[in-house]
Amino acid sequence: MADLSHSRSAAIAAGSGPRRLFHNLFVRNFSAKLAATPMIMTVLIVFVGCTAWTIFYSFTNSRSLPSGELVGFDQYTRLFSNRRWNASVINIMTYGVTSLCFTMVVGFLLAVFMDQKIRFESAFRTIFLYPFALSFIVTGLVWQWIMNPAFGLQETVQNWGFTSFTFDWLKNRNMVIYALVIAGLWQGTGFVMVLLLAGLRGIDEEIWKAARVDGISTWRTYLFIVLPMMRGVIVTTLVIVGSGIVRLYDLVVAMTQGGPGISSEVPAKYVYNYMFGAGNLGQGLAASSVMLLTVFIILIPWMLIEFRPKHHS
Amino acid sequence: MKKFTVAAAMAAALMCGTSAFATDLEVTHWWTSGGEAAAVAEFAKAFDATGNHWVDGAIAGSSDVARPLIISRILGGNPMGATQLNTGRDAEDLIKAGLMTDLTDLAKSEGWYDVIRPKKLLESCEFEGKLYCVPVNIHSWQWLWLSRPAFEDNGMEVPTDWNQYVADFPKLREAGVIPFSLAQGWPTNGIFGVLLAGVGGTDLFLAVNRDKDVSAVEGPDFRKVAQAYADLRDAVDVNETVGQWNEATAQLINNTAAGNIMGDWAQGEFAVAGKVAGKDYDCLPGLGLNAVLDTGGDAFYFPKNDDPAITEAQLVLAKTMLSPETQVAFNLKKGSLPVRGDVDMSAANACMQKGLKILEDPNGVLPSGEQLLSSDTQQQLQDLEIEFFSDKSMSIDDFVGQFADIMGSAD
Repeated sequence: MADLSHSRSAAIAAGSGPRRLFHNLFVRNFSAKLAATPMIMTVLIVFVGCTAWTIFYSFTNSRSLPSGELVGFDQYTRLFSNRRWNASVINIMTYGVTSLCFTMVVGFLLAVFMDQKIRFESAFRTIFLYPFALSFIVTGLVWQWIMNPAFGLQETVQNWGFTSFTFDWLKNRNMVIYALVIAGLWQGTGFVMVLLLAGLRGIDEEIWKAARVDGISTWRTYLFIVLPMMRGVIVTTLVIVGSGIVRLYDLVVAMTQGGPGISSEVPAKYVYNYMFGAGNLGQGLAASSVMLLTVFIILIPWMLIEFRPKHHS
Repeated sequence: MKKFTVAAAMAAALMCGTSAFATDLEVTHWWTSGGEAAAVAEFAKAFDATGNHWVDGAIAGSSDVARPLIISRILGGNPMGATQLNTGRDAEDLIKAGLMTDLTDLAKSEGWYDVIRPKKLLESCEFEGKLYCVPVNIHSWQWLWLSRPAFEDNGMEVPTDWNQYVADFPKLREAGVIPFSLAQGWPTNGIFGVLLAGVGGTDLFLAVNRDKDVSAVEGPDFRKVAQAYADLRDAVDVNETVGQWNEATAQLINNTAAGNIMGDWAQGEFAVAGKVAGKDYDCLPGLGLNAVLDTGGDAFYFPKNDDPAITEAQLVLAKTMLSPETQVAFNLKKGSLPVRGDVDMSAANACMQKGLKILEDPNGVLPSGEQLLSSDTQQQLQDLEIEFFSDKSMSIDDFVGQFADIMGSAD
């Protein structure tokens, strides 16, 4: 009986026309499709639906409440002629590039050190990962105190007798963004380290033995053999770190409030201020649509590489 | 059967009675500094005396933090019993969406239209002829606060206007006193509005904020104001700026700083610290140049509610807030002026008396920027002013040009 029904459905699948289409869409792997339905509906309604809503209303003149009156690209024109927005974009790029490079390099180095079968490894791992357990708000407040020229590091070192020592990055318009980078690094590097360490541990011991037999030095093995083999972990880490950078907001609010002046403003804060503070939904949504577009520009090349059809040789 | 009906009626009456009396009403506001908290306690005391219960929903941080929280709670269908919002265009959209309780009938029966002055205060609570909020005080930004000891201890006269004060900056520096205490964020922004009214004059203030006249922005008078703002920027040391406005006031109380431009709510801080107006500190409304006050202020809105008991309590609270006794008690603590002209303010200090006198003169009253400009325009101006104030390399031409652009597109 089972054989019979199986061969029947196989016959339909092999057939042609709308019947086959219907079969392929609904009957084939029916239970799997049923199980995936809630997820598919969530994606369609929550993610795709809300994104479409956001993009649509960014072309309207909505204030506190959504309005359907279309104004073309007016919100975008205003956005890109706004000094604060342009400063925010440059800031997030500076922050992004610096913090991405440093977290990856430092995180990888720490992971390599951890990989040397050192003593108390789990203790060190906990210490390095600990800042990640703190929210950005706490991180920001702590570093705000440390870097505050009147109370923190500068004052302490000056009290030690080094009166010419200055460390006023929080009040310095050109350096404040790097103050944010430092706090971000402190918070995020441990996490990158743990991810990469897991990747390192996933490398087969045999590879190491083979490299040793061939007389390849340790650092060369790491750089040219192990690192390329960790591509999956590295890509995942990049995506996690990258998405954290794009939505950077709470750290800025806790640490600098965008100041001094507008020199540490970031796009997410612009979105929040214009959407809620200024009651200009259209402008806020236009800014968030631009942020979404940026994420896509970063993600699409990666998706093309990752999900391209595998060649069977 | 008859007995049962009577009993049921009595029980129902009893239940109604209890629900009409002890109703809990959550009131959200952002009054958290010492003077503000003392003032809001007067409201709570008066409201509790009516048999209801004031549930305090203070939101720490400035209005920039609290406003989005309050608005999103109302929009999200989880309204509080009553909430503070600045009079102005903030709540217009909420009223349009029908989310606020209509207070028109109460206002008529209480005679608010006759006693509340200036009239603009009630007008800004109105929408299409109906009243939606209760103004509780008159706040004005146009005050220059001066610490008398900071001048007198260093052998200087206490200045009587802005120009003399600015001329004293170098001497104050020499004496080791911070000439101008500054808090980050919105206070920086507020200073510009005060300079606009004080240095620029009433006509310029109205041409810019009310008429959104771009040619006035590009004119010589506005340039003078921008120059004064730039001069102040150059005199302030960034490392001396503090985080909150009340810390800046505290610098005056401790005599470590000589002066500060801040709204009259600063007076609440002086009062809590036990300082006496005219003796420990001085005040110059309109910077001593142009004695005008804007009449913004705080107002309470009452979001619509499904529960009739809450609606009833809302009306009781609205009535309580504007009763003559509460007005006096509240405003003395807050440092602001009462919205009713018919109350006895003889207990007010020297600075408040100056303010009351200006209020009597129709030419002394300015509408506030909040009433004239949308929050969207205010936000853009704030961004510009804060950028200009922090960046000593930004030229006045650049500032004026940007300002004109924003005003040109303001709605």
